[in-house]
Order: sequence, then C-alpha cells, then structure tokens
Amino acid sequence: MKDFGYTVIKQRTIDYDLFDGRLLNEVLELEPSFKVCLSCGGCTATCSTNDLVSFNVRRMNLLLRRGETVELESEIKKCMLCGKCMLVCPRGINIRNVIMLIKKSIPKYKTVTL
Amino acid sequence: METNPFIWPFTIGLLFISCFLIIIIGIWISGLSHIDKIRIAHSIFTRKSLLAIRETFMESLLHRKIFRKNLVLGYMHMSLAFGWFLLIVVGHIEAWNHYRSLSVPAYKAIFFRYFVTSPGTTLSEKTLAACVDLLLVFILSGVMLAYFKRLNSRVFGIKKTTKLKAGDRIALTALWLIFPLRFLAESVSAGIHHNGSIVSQPTGQILASLLPVHTLEMPLWWAYSIALTLFFVALPVSRYMHIPVEVVLIFLRNYGIRVKKRIDGYSRIQVYSCSRCGICLDSCQMTHAKIKDTQSVYVLKHIRNKNLTDEKLFNCLLCGRCQSDCPVGLSLNDLRITQRIESTKEYNSSYEYLRNGPVEVSPQTEVIYFAGCMTHLTPAIIKSMKEIFAVARVKYWFMDEDKTSCCGRPLMQVGQYEAAKKLIEHNRERILASKAKKLVVSCPICYKVFNEDYALPGITVQHHSEYLLELMANKRLPVNKMPLHVVYHDPCELGRGSGIYHQPRLLLDEYAEVIPVKNEKETALCCGGSLANIKIQMNERNQIRDEALKEYLSYQPDMLATACPLCKKTFAKSNKLPVHDIAEIVYMAIQEKQNLQKTEYKKEMKTEFWK
Repeated sequence: MKDFGYTVIKQRTIDYDLFDGRLLNEVLELEPSFKVCLSCGGCTATCSTNDLVSFNVRRMNLLLRRGETVELESEIKKCMLCGKCMLVCPRGINIRNVIMLIKKSIPKYKTVTL
Repeated sequence: METNPFIWPFTIGLLFISCFLIIIIGIWISGLSHIDKIRIAHSIFTRKSLLAIRETFMESLLHRKIFRKNLVLGYMHMSLAFGWFLLIVVGHIEAWNHYRSLSVPAYKAIFFRYFVTSPGTTLSEKTLAACVDLLLVFILSGVMLAYFKRLNSRVFGIKKTTKLKAGDRIALTALWLIFPLRFLAESVSAGIHHNGSIVSQPTGQILASLLPVHTLEMPLWWAYSIALTLFFVALPVSRYMHIPVEVVLIFLRNYGIRVKKRIDGYSRIQVYSCSRCGICLDSCQMTHAKIKDTQSVYVLKHIRNKNLTDEKLFNCLLCGRCQSDCPVGLSLNDLRITQRIESTKEYNSSYEYLRNGPVEVSPQTEVIYFAGCMTHLTPAIIKSMKEIFAVARVKYWFMDEDKTSCCGRPLMQVGQYEAAKKLIEHNRERILASKAKKLVVSCPICYKVFNEDYALPGITVQHHSEYLLELMANKRLPVNKMPLHVVYHDPCELGRGSGIYHQPRLLLDEYAEVIPVKNEKETALCCGGSLANIKIQMNERNQIRDEALKEYLSYQPDMLATACPLCKKTFAKSNKLPVHDIAEIVYMAIQEKQNLQKTEYKKEMKTEFWK
C-alpha cells in the first residue's frame, strides 16, 4: 500500500485486494431484487429482533457487501424471520430470502480466509 | 393342462411386479417410526380396517372425489379402475366355474377365451361370459375417453396437465393398448371357434368375413400378453405406481398415521401415491403470476426423482388450495414443510438474547392478548382491540406490546423447525407465568402455532374473531348492524389452516351484510402475501392479489373484511377497495352506536333544558 503519510488504523482498513465477494455474488445472483437496496433503514426500524437486541438489517447489507463473512454469520443468527422488514421495504426486496441464502451459503465461504 | 408360450411374458411380468411391490412396501413400512408400527398393530383388526376398505372402494375404484370435480373425468377414471377390477374378479370366477377348481393359474383366467374354445353351455357360463364382454366394453369406453382427453382436456374440466416422462409414456401406451388388444384377440378367437358372447361374437364374425383370422389369432394374443407385461414392468418408474401405493396410503391414514417433521416411510408412500393428475395445477394461484413449475405435483415428482431445488421447494405460498382439491387426499403442505426442514437442517440460528424476565401481570387478568408482528404493522387492528377490551371491560395483558419475540410460525413455514422451538419455549414460559386462562391472538399465523405447537395446558387459545363472537354472545359487546355490504376473505392459516370458517362470518353478520362469494371457505383464494414463500417477487405477489381482488370486486362490496393483518396489508396496498379487519368493523359499529346514543342524549338534554 502506498504511504501518503496519513495514520492508518489497521482494523479499519478495507483492502479491496483481499475483498471476498463470493457470498455477495451468489446472493445477488439468486435474489436480484437485493441489488436495488437503497439502505434507507426502514427494515431496521421495524425489526422485531432489533427491539430486543442490537441487530441491524442494514448492517447485514454492509457486511455482505464488504465480504466480512465471519462477522456476518454471528449477526445473522439472531434473525427471527418474522417478515416485517419485507413488508415495509420501499423497494419490495425479498429480504427473508436474502437471509436464508446467506444462512445456506455461509458455511461454504467462512472457513476460507483469503 | 394345456398352455402356450405367449403366457410367459405375462407370468414373468406379474411375478416381477408382485415381488417388487412386496419388497418396496415392506421397506417403507419398516421405515415408519416405532409408535406408528404400534398404531398399525393396534388398529389392524378394528373398525378402522373396514373404513379403509370402504374408502379404497370409494376413492381408488369409484373415484368419488374426481366425480365431484368433473363427471366425464370421473367416469373415465371409474371405468378404467372399477371396470378393470371387476374384469379381473369376474374373469377369475368364470375360470373357477369352468374348471371347477379354485387353484386355476392367473393366466387361465386372463387368456380364458384362448384356452376355452368351446362355447359356454350352462346358464352360469353364458351369464359370466356376457358379463366379461360388457365389462370390456365399459372399460373400452373409458379408454376412448382417455384418447379424447389427450386431444381436448378442457372437456374434462382440466385446463393444465403434467408433462410425461419416458416411463410414464411406456406405461400409458401399454394401458391404452391392453384393452383394445384383448377385445380384438377375443373377437378373433370367437370368429374362429364361435366361443364369444354378446359383443365379441358378432364382432368376431365381422372380422372373420373381412380378415384372415387364423393368421391373426396368435399375434394378437401375443400382443395382449406383451402389452400387459410392458405395463407391469414400466409401473415402478411411472406415475401409475399410485394405483397400488394409494391403497396402502388409505389404510395407513385410517390407522392414524400422519406426515412427520422428518422424511420417513409414510412420507415416501405419500410421494408415490401422487397420480400426477394435475388437478392441483388448476387450483394453484401461482399460475396467475406465471409461475408454472413449482406446484405440488412437480415437487412430488422432483422428490421422487431426487432432483428438487430450493428455488422450487420454497416458491410456494402454502395456502393449501391444492391440498383441499387433491383427489388422493395427500398432505401436500406437510410434505413440503418436511422437505424444507430437510433442506435447511444445517442453517444456524441463535436466540441467546431472549431472556425471560419476571412477568408482572395482575391476578385478575382474564385474557392475554398477543397481537403478532404483522399486527404491529396494522395499528388500526391493535387500536380497535384495545377499545373493544375497554368497552367489554376485559382485564387483559398485552403480551407483545413492546419487546417480544416472534411466535415462531414464520420460521416453521420455511423449515427452520429447531430454531422456532427456541422462540416457542421462550414465549411459552411467559404465557404460563402470567397465570391467565385465555390467549387471544390477532394474527392467524400466530394462532396456528399457538394452537398446534405450544403445549399450553389449561389455556384456551382463540383468534380474535372467535373471542369477539364469544363476547357478543355473552352480551358484553353492543350489537349494531351497519348498512354495509361486505365480502369476507378467508385467511389461509385461519380457514384451511385451522378450520375456522364460521365464527368470523357469524360475527360479521351481526355488524354488516356478508355477501357470499364463489371461492370461499375451503376453496378461498390466497391474498398472495404469505410468509411461507421466500422466493416470490413483489410484482408476482401483486399479480396474485389482483386476480383475487378481481373476483371480490365483481360482487361490488362496500368493503373487504378479513381476519388477518397480513391479508389486510396485502390487499390494502392495491387501493382498489377499502380493506378492514373484523375487529375494526366491530369497533366501527360500536363507535357508531355510541355516537348515535350520545347525540340522542344531547338532544334529550336540550329539550329538557328548554322545557
């Protein structure tokens, strides 16, 4: 990485050379409606799980798009799949399918670290 | 005893299919759970077996359910099944009568006219021969209809039909050929030996005058034997496996065996009992959204062929319309859920954050009210329920007003049974800790799971439509019939799912005018919003909803009433018709009455004052 003389905190760096987009690509292929998410946060606002514990559907999106598979797995376990998010989504995204697809494919990708 | 080589293909075929069926059904029954085996042992010598025999006769032979669907289709099935059955039975009686022995081999009865060349002399022989002839004509009429059905299935009330596999084609061709070949062979023999009866003898004489019957006789009997063999050999790989397996299914079902949450011998029997008639294709609303490959018949076929994908398995609303239409009476929803459980076994979920804090409920609490996640998205229902509780002076505990977990049913519908159990356990403890004796639920999805999967001893679970009806019957709610014409939409989980059709209608009848519609109760339409389908896209849901609305709008109602927050939300989005939950309508009527009373009171007071 080129040194521009700024302080770089290692934990907060996103290195796109190490980006693992396999899970993201698989989810987007099987649930294309997820491509139109505008991160409005309506899903998080209505979430039943979020009422009980810190759980953020919009953050799932971020973790997935950054390829942070390990953290995604521990977060996604909390979802109760009640479907409220899907009903409030202004883009009509099939959020429950996104969650199920992540749950299905995550064991395939989490063990391999690039 | 005389014989002929053409009996060998038939005998070998019959032996093969008999052995195959004994082995495969033996494997399935041994694959049942221990309790189910005990159930069979305890029921086999009881009335249940008689009921099963009766059902086999009514459904497997007479095809009563198909008759209800369409008369011509019913006749076709009955003539083939019941006719063939009688032909075998009467054919055997004829052979026993002729040879004066009960140990006549099967081929002697099947190829009777070839072996017995002398015409019957006694009255019994003549009658039996005439019976066999008439039965053959009866079956042939069914075969003719089957040919015609391939050309024009709409006459039979079937709009769509399933595609055939190679095994199906072989078995179907064989089935189509068996009876015409038998008729021709018997007629030709009758033309030579004059041993025919009322139909085969005249036909035989005509054939004898036109064709060289002596050279045709043997090839025709050979062809008949080979057609039978072909059918027997193709049976295990064709849809016609349903013929023998359905009988086993009827017996096991009568013994009280049901589909479990895992794949076992019984679920395999169910899968093989599907006749792929395609009746479920016609009742499926997914076709309104141009989804035509995920219906029950295809899913069962894919399970049988071991090539079922998640895309097909999860693309179903689990509305249960196919199940109530299925002529075999298969548990299609349960079978699909079992497959979903199998497919999502490895998924992880953890609900450690659910903590059971102390439940503070006053001891006078009559009722626990559980609105459900979906109801929280339709606040008008919650508001109405709160007001109704106040009017009826009911002491209630609003269990999920704030920070409560989901009921678990949405997880179950997609096969996450183990995960749902954790939520159920959590909620169950809270309900029991409250010590109240009644649980009122506003959402049919929650209602079904509370009713079936929560063990709540001493607690009555009621959907709010049942509860409000009870309050009204006990005169705790005022009655006020509004001049409104209402169509009631049966929610799938409440109607077909839990069998509650009458209570919401009885309640609505007191507050508005309910218009009966074509598709209601068991055949009610789905709104398309079901949580059970995780693959369907929003625009496809809208297409299903609009088709359902089209039917309701044709009755020109003032509003659409429903008893499910999800149905309400789904229909309301279309903006074509006002949609209200049953609780809202009750509250509306009460409010109207109260306002009326208030104005009257004010008027009275005014007149009093001016006096």
